[in-house]
Amino acid sequence: MTPPAVSLRERPEADLRRLLIDNHIVVCTGSGGVGKTTTAAVLALEGARLGLNTVVVTIDPAKRLANAMGLEGLSNTATRVDGEWPGELWALMLDTKSTFDTLVTTHADDAEKAENILNNRFYRNISGALSGTQEYMAMEKLYELHEEGGFDLIVIDTPPTRNALDFIEAPRHLTRFLDHRLYRLLVAPTRGLVKAVNVAAQAFLRTVSRVVGGEVVRDAITFFQAFDGMEQGFKDRAELVLDLLTHDETAFVLVAAPRRDVVAEAAFFAEKLNEADIPVRALIVNRMHPRFSDAAPEAVRERARTLDGTEIGGLYANLADFLTVATNEEEHLAGLAERVAPAPVIRVPFLRSDVHDLDGLAEIATHLFPPPTR
Amino acid sequence: MLIVAGKGGVGKTTVTAAIARAAALAGLSTLIIEVEGKSGLSTLFGQPAFDYEEVVLSPGGGPAGDADVRARTLTPDDALLEYLEDHGMSRVSRRLASSGAVDMVATAAPGIKDILVLGKVKQLEREGRADLIVLDAPAAGHAITFLRSARGLLDAVRVGPINTQARDVLEMLTDPTRCQVALVTLPEETPVNELVETAYSLEDEVGVNLGPVVVNGLYPELPGLAADPEAAARAAGAFLHAGEAESLRQAARFRRHRMTLQGEQVARLAETLPLPQLHLPFVFEADLGPEEVDLLAGLLSDGVADLVAQP
Repeated sequence: MTPPAVSLRERPEADLRRLLIDNHIVVCTGSGGVGKTTTAAVLALEGARLGLNTVVVTIDPAKRLANAMGLEGLSNTATRVDGEWPGELWALMLDTKSTFDTLVTTHADDAEKAENILNNRFYRNISGALSGTQEYMAMEKLYELHEEGGFDLIVIDTPPTRNALDFIEAPRHLTRFLDHRLYRLLVAPTRGLVKAVNVAAQAFLRTVSRVVGGEVVRDAITFFQAFDGMEQGFKDRAELVLDLLTHDETAFVLVAAPRRDVVAEAAFFAEKLNEADIPVRALIVNRMHPRFSDAAPEAVRERARTLDGTEIGGLYANLADFLTVATNEEEHLAGLAERVAPAPVIRVPFLRSDVHDLDGLAEIATHLFPPPTR
Repeated sequence: MLIVAGKGGVGKTTVTAAIARAAALAGLSTLIIEVEGKSGLSTLFGQPAFDYEEVVLSPGGGPAGDADVRARTLTPDDALLEYLEDHGMSRVSRRLASSGAVDMVATAAPGIKDILVLGKVKQLEREGRADLIVLDAPAAGHAITFLRSARGLLDAVRVGPINTQARDVLEMLTDPTRCQVALVTLPEETPVNELVETAYSLEDEVGVNLGPVVVNGLYPELPGLAADPEAAARAAGAFLHAGEAESLRQAARFRRHRMTLQGEQVARLAETLPLPQLHLPFVFEADLGPEEVDLLAGLLSDGVADLVAQP
């Protein structure tokens, strides 16, 4: 699967196109505020241009970009984006709650049981409060789209997490939560197994009731009773999602910005993915400052100093400013590029304005996928 | 207390550091509270990473009579344990922590983790741990949920210690003499839009008092940006290397263009959000450290002085 490192370094853009063609799923990961959503949209757009039937799952896109893609609100089904391309482009905005609802309905024995769970207050809190639920549902949605079939390429944006592994671990985290020994004890008393209720569980219940009130505890118990018996289905499903994420035709793309703190976080992501045996298949760095000359920043800065107070001095100071930034950015990236090698590093320059329409996406695409030369 | 909030990537941590240092330089002892773990705050002060234990990031006592900047982190798990221990439940607390029950409690009553953290912040504020507490809030979307937790829990939990806690926290958050929120943004379209949205939600849904908005990363003005490099060089009797004029011209054009865009966003922010603004420059020099933090702190103080001087 892994092409030789040399060709990747020489023609990264060719490989990024290849990546879309060769893979069924592309996961865009990275910390918040680095342009992940936009990057996912650009990759999907290119997929459609390559003639693929493509869908992009976005999470919390900026309003104008969402509008541009015809997304008016959270939705569980994909909307088709019209445009002049040989393939198809579909988009959806992840709705954590309704994705979870579907999952519950799928695994419940009957409609009544499903209804009981969906109406429970504790359950309704899970999608908003339990950490990792959004990550889990993003992956669940991915699995659904994959299972339903019909798409050649699924591009998925991810919630801004601190740890790339949250996606991988979220399904397990939730099943662990739902299948905890403690909850079995909570469920036991009302089943009449009085002797099975140990003292600790009672003490626990009393404590929690004292802190948050009895009503809250009753909600939780009712939930776990209703949920009883569904854990296995959830667990099996979580394993399937995991398999899909580690599949050969699933490619993880790391999105970053060239700032020191972002690069440090990206390096942490890369390391975690590596630990899980998931290679980073491309590193996309947004918002690179242009480099206006090959001169050393210090030399230009010195020149600005000797000409201080004149217009040409100001012009030199300005050039020195940008040379300094560009040099720093490359320095920050060097270590990260090494870490993700042989994955190509694709640099996207600072754009004239924010992206909020398909033309804007197309402009970024010219940087990610330059037109074939020669 | 001052809460610093803003979306990821706008330099919230840098601004937090600058505000803390500005206060310390004015003689106020300052405590920074981090709630999201590793943020690079310690690096900004050239110090090793810190944790739940309070550390001194920047010692005071300089010639100008500046005070300490201290910092610590606060996590929900730690706050819960401490809460239980303070309320005579230390025996169950260890069991709770090891059984994953914190997750369950948090799901049963959303916002409980947030209220525990805020409750602890309130306790520190009440104890007068510092003249100023600067809370580095979670990134944008979560900041609203975080600060809204008190009001949400008041509805969900009608009695008991959590209710009291939520009431006390809300009282602190909504008291303009005790707490203000400083929102941070970049002079760019999407961050400005999100800041405006956050500002209105915080005011409507939490009732907090919004202080000045900090616009971070503005390109500083330079002389000669509009000048022709060749003419400017001749005027100063300087000599340009081959190709240099073009580099200078392009770099100047880039900066002018960015500055125009930034100016537009700053103006738009002023139009849509009737809050005073403090401006901080984009720092071109190498990576940020204590020196740059002090520079930004000085600019913030000047900015505040200007705001106060305005009629």
